[in-house]
Amino acid sequence: MPAGALTGSRIRERRTMLGLKQSVLARTVGISAAYLNLIEHNKRRIAGKLLTDIARALEVDPAVLADRAEASLVAGLRDAAAVTPDAGAEEGRAEEFAGRFPGWAALVAAQRRRIAHLERVVEGLSDRMTHDPHLAASLHELLSTVTAINSTASILVEPGEIAPEWRDRFHRNIHEDSQRLAETSQALVNYLDATGEQAQPVGAPQEELEAWLEARDYHLREMERLLPATPAAMVQEAPELTTTAGRALAEEWLARYRADAEALPLASFEPAAREAGYDPGPLAARFGVGMGTVLRRLAALPPPEGAGRLGLVVCDGSGTLTFRKPVDGFPLPRFGAACPLWPLYQALSRPLAPVRAAVEMAGRDPRRFMAYAVAEPMGVPGFDAPPVFEAVMLIVPGDRMRVPAEGALRVGTSCRICPRGDCTARREPSILAEVA
Amino acid sequence: MGKRVLLIEDEPNIIQAISFILSRDGWTVDTHADGRTAMDEVARRRPDLIILDVMLPNRSGFDILADLRADPGTESLPVLMLTARGQARDRDLAERMGASRFMTKPFSNAEVLEAVRDLVTA
Repeated sequence: MPAGALTGSRIRERRTMLGLKQSVLARTVGISAAYLNLIEHNKRRIAGKLLTDIARALEVDPAVLADRAEASLVAGLRDAAAVTPDAGAEEGRAEEFAGRFPGWAALVAAQRRRIAHLERVVEGLSDRMTHDPHLAASLHELLSTVTAINSTASILVEPGEIAPEWRDRFHRNIHEDSQRLAETSQALVNYLDATGEQAQPVGAPQEELEAWLEARDYHLREMERLLPATPAAMVQEAPELTTTAGRALAEEWLARYRADAEALPLASFEPAAREAGYDPGPLAARFGVGMGTVLRRLAALPPPEGAGRLGLVVCDGSGTLTFRKPVDGFPLPRFGAACPLWPLYQALSRPLAPVRAAVEMAGRDPRRFMAYAVAEPMGVPGFDAPPVFEAVMLIVPGDRMRVPAEGALRVGTSCRICPRGDCTARREPSILAEVA
Repeated sequence: MGKRVLLIEDEPNIIQAISFILSRDGWTVDTHADGRTAMDEVARRRPDLIILDVMLPNRSGFDILADLRADPGTESLPVLMLTARGQARDRDLAERMGASRFMTKPFSNAEVLEAVRDLVTA
């Protein structure tokens, strides 16, 4: 009996095999021969007692005749008909169609599934193209560079005299722009390559730096030595940092890492952190350094054997995340703004005042964390210029510190993927259903 | 001709190229790269035509265009908009806001020159 055959076809085949006439079988199970004929040609669906009776008469188990795939095939056809109502598919005859032309019916259902899948992919890509600031900026950069090269090259090839100093300048410009074009194109290709589910999320300079740090678990031994490597030398030896912007960011981060390591040397800070239970408050008081330095330094410590690591996020005065060290159970948004309820943003609105809060991250398996945040000025504030602040938040998972269940602040990742429906801070609808 | 063009664009090599081709054609070209102070520059230079990039630092070219059209002194000043975003909605927006011409990057030197000549003699 073919595996893909429908119930009616199976009945017919089994009956023929036994040499049983249609009228005899019909009489045995108490139905008309005409009705059995419809069943055998898959124009009527059967189940329950009639199926059991026919199976008994044909001396087989009812499960042998029943076809689970049939129901899903018919459901697939109905789904296809529902999304294209203008086609006028005879929805009431879906079973008959599936029965008479199972191969074609399977094809229609499979096409529908494929179209639905492709629609989801297109929707995702379209969403990305529309909302992805990195992509928009890269394309703008690309087109501007092409325009500059195009205009300059045209001047050089057009007839007419050009003063030698202008000609030299235009040659230099073309050279510079072509280098810029090569770099931007490469970064864009890396970025677009990362859209595949299996690809590493490398592309934007920030992601390039984070991927590089991730491979080192955010702890840089070279920067912990008494005589450390220079940031420039470390970046030079990192082939993963492919773009100028990524390398510049990495150098900046390494210089800050080194300054933090000098303020809080590993040899004394690590045991002190363990002793303090990783609570930044006592550590800042004991070492007499700024809270931001303590938070960054705690996130840069290697986690104890078997323990979860500490997460870290940094944002600038606009709230844009400028650094992300992810931690299990506390997803950080890759694009766009994060949850406005994060203590990070409370800290931003109260510069220099440390903020501590137990938080519960939304999701099917909500997890609790302690979050410590502070906003501090970047550089040395001066007169006649707006103060520029940066906020930093350390995320400590429950296995590293006791997190009270009572009064935990319910937060999410970002509104678009947050299932909490009752949130006053929501700025846009979620694409997820609310979790009960 | 000797007429004055103000090129508001932040891409240095595009500025050099356009300045060169317009100067060679007899135009006096002033350039400016910052969106926030662009209106002050318009008042100072009093150009016969503005070439205005959409994506400028600190302020969008569309906002500058809106200010130009709201000011009786510049409401009919020819404005050639340049953008790297060629979507229809940007073009529609530019037209609705009163741009005299809209050109998407990459454009050719001949197109720019022709548009400038058309707009000032029109």
